[in-house]
Amino acid sequence: MYRYDAVDKTLVNERVAQFRDQTRRFLAGELSDDEFRHLRLRNGLYIQRHAPMLRVAIPYGLLSSTQLRALSSIARRYDRGYGHFTTRQNIQFNWPKLEDVPDILAELAEVEMHAIQTSGNCIRNTTSDHLAGVTPDELDDPRPWCELIRQWSTFHPEFTYLPRKFKIAVTGAAQDRAASLVHDVGVHIVRGPDGELGFEILAGGGLGRTPIIGQVVRDFLPRRHLLSYLEAILRVYNLEGRRDNLQKARIKILVRSLGIEEFRRRVEAEWESTRAGGLTVDDAEIARLRSFFNPPAYRRLPNTEPAAGKSTAFRAWYRYNTTEHKVPGYRAVFISLKKPDVAPGDITDAQMELVADLADRYSFGEVRVTHTQNLLFADVEQDEAFELWQSLEKAGLATPNIGTLTDMICCPGLDFCSLANAGSIDVAKLINERFDDYDYLYDLGELEVKMSGCMNACGHHHVGHIGILGVDKSGQEWYQITIGGAAGADASLGEVIGPSVPKSDVPETIARLLEVYVERRRPEERFLDTVRRLGVKPFKERVYAAPVAA
Amino acid sequence: MPRRLLRDGQIVEDDWSYAAEARGDAAAPLILTFTEWQNERDAWIARGGRLGVLLPPGHKAELLAPDISRIELIALEFSGPSDGRAYSQARQLRDHWKFGGELRATGYVRRDQLFFMARCGFNSFELADADLEHAASALSTFSWAYQPSNDAGLPLKPRYRRPDIPASA
Repeated sequence: MYRYDAVDKTLVNERVAQFRDQTRRFLAGELSDDEFRHLRLRNGLYIQRHAPMLRVAIPYGLLSSTQLRALSSIARRYDRGYGHFTTRQNIQFNWPKLEDVPDILAELAEVEMHAIQTSGNCIRNTTSDHLAGVTPDELDDPRPWCELIRQWSTFHPEFTYLPRKFKIAVTGAAQDRAASLVHDVGVHIVRGPDGELGFEILAGGGLGRTPIIGQVVRDFLPRRHLLSYLEAILRVYNLEGRRDNLQKARIKILVRSLGIEEFRRRVEAEWESTRAGGLTVDDAEIARLRSFFNPPAYRRLPNTEPAAGKSTAFRAWYRYNTTEHKVPGYRAVFISLKKPDVAPGDITDAQMELVADLADRYSFGEVRVTHTQNLLFADVEQDEAFELWQSLEKAGLATPNIGTLTDMICCPGLDFCSLANAGSIDVAKLINERFDDYDYLYDLGELEVKMSGCMNACGHHHVGHIGILGVDKSGQEWYQITIGGAAGADASLGEVIGPSVPKSDVPETIARLLEVYVERRRPEERFLDTVRRLGVKPFKERVYAAPVAA
Repeated sequence: MPRRLLRDGQIVEDDWSYAAEARGDAAAPLILTFTEWQNERDAWIARGGRLGVLLPPGHKAELLAPDISRIELIALEFSGPSDGRAYSQARQLRDHWKFGGELRATGYVRRDQLFFMARCGFNSFELADADLEHAASALSTFSWAYQPSNDAGLPLKPRYRRPDIPASA
């Protein structure tokens, strides 16, 4: 993974000093609430329902075991012994004290971490495929490009006060595991007409109040121009994006109102100027960044059948919580953070310590955060999977549900977030209680349930095969259900099935949707595909045919 | 009391006046609103003397392109703590239209934004007195930059030119 050099270290330390001074001025009354708000937000610090929330950047989801131990230590000493992983591969601490934040940032800087631009109207953490570098369906490793974008976007002088937040995702594989079509900018590694590697650039995707799938701005961009092209997009957005209405300030609204052709024309015109500005990435720099992501020292191993002759529990875990690796003898292993009685994405300080130790032992000391709020060991020897499972199982980290109904994406909801209309974590709990039969879950197959506590859509409900949105109905928590959404390369937005339902009816509503699926599916057909084939109607009819019994 | 501001790293008394503040000295350096400039451009040129223009946020930088060599000062306005349009206007004026005169930040200008403003090509800053004393040090908040920009006058080391980078410490 990328390692800081003296320059990166100096910069994060200078940021800590800057923020320490800003916090001091705020506490001394020299900065108003509003003035400080604009400064703290660019450092990942929100003031939430109970306490400040600090969001720490995990660039494109990569963590060393040393970094994970530092996060564990912060959770233990400054928080209440846990952290929460987000859909954008970051971690959030929900209970730090404002006056402690400069010290937390200083401790993070010690392990090459920070909270720079994890909130506020600026370029956020660049996210990517959690299987980058190990998945067989990859054209090229996206991580060197993510690092290039990370550096370019950090303290970008021109784009720190954008109309609204700005999120970039980069992928290099056939399957899109980074939800790039619902990002402000999606960068896809593709081959050009001459076989040369370059990028397809999309813009204007996003969720929130107005969900939109991103559109292609340029179908092929030579590699050396990546930054100048991004700079042109950002400049057009910074100058022309709406600033009069926060709900209409994302780039998707600008792209939609101009139309993709006119937006493209303006970007290309601006690019004439930005591409002359020293942003060209030369081959030496590409090679240098690439060198940080060289494959680890894999052993020459045959493929084996680790599940053969083992217990049913291990076989289920191996099937659902591990995935194929491009190197023979290895598997990528998911660490499920979706245990039924735990808030999705949450992890305790002790679990973080354990995962760090296991990463050292089984996966070259590296851990990845997935967009679906789980962790991943990318490089596990197949023959060590059983031992690893035993350790994870003891720590409650081996729930064999990756890709199934209970591997839900879920925002913090009303329990923590000051924006939320309704709870999410408690609904996840109800769903887990209702669907606790693994044979049934496995029979349902691949199913993405995504849940947000409000229109801001942090839980990506629009692109869930089943989406659940919390709404406030005269002070009561109700839930609107959508079906047919997807976040991958075939992204689509879910369709609302009908009137919202009270919290207690959510599990039964889902059960009825699944009944229709089980009755009408074709062999090997996923829930999503059945919905696409049949449309919403039969599902809707079943859900609303009879009231849910009390 | 004359306005004090930070120009090229020094606290100085402002030798420019906005048209609304002008005290009758016909030849004194004058900053016009964009409308004043646009409505009576020829008359202002005929008047002689040093001319500046305040370009509001939301106006395209290219509006000043035809007169870029005649105008000695361009003031860009930050309308509030979240308004970042002037950063891009500044980059366009400096990089694309090659404006070489004084580029002034006005409106919501605080020391915490100064470093970014300077990197976008601003070289003078109208700040409240409380911030003015600290402003020069804000220009050295960071000693490196990850991206090329318009850094004239900043004590910055460019991170993006690889050979300058020392080996990892």
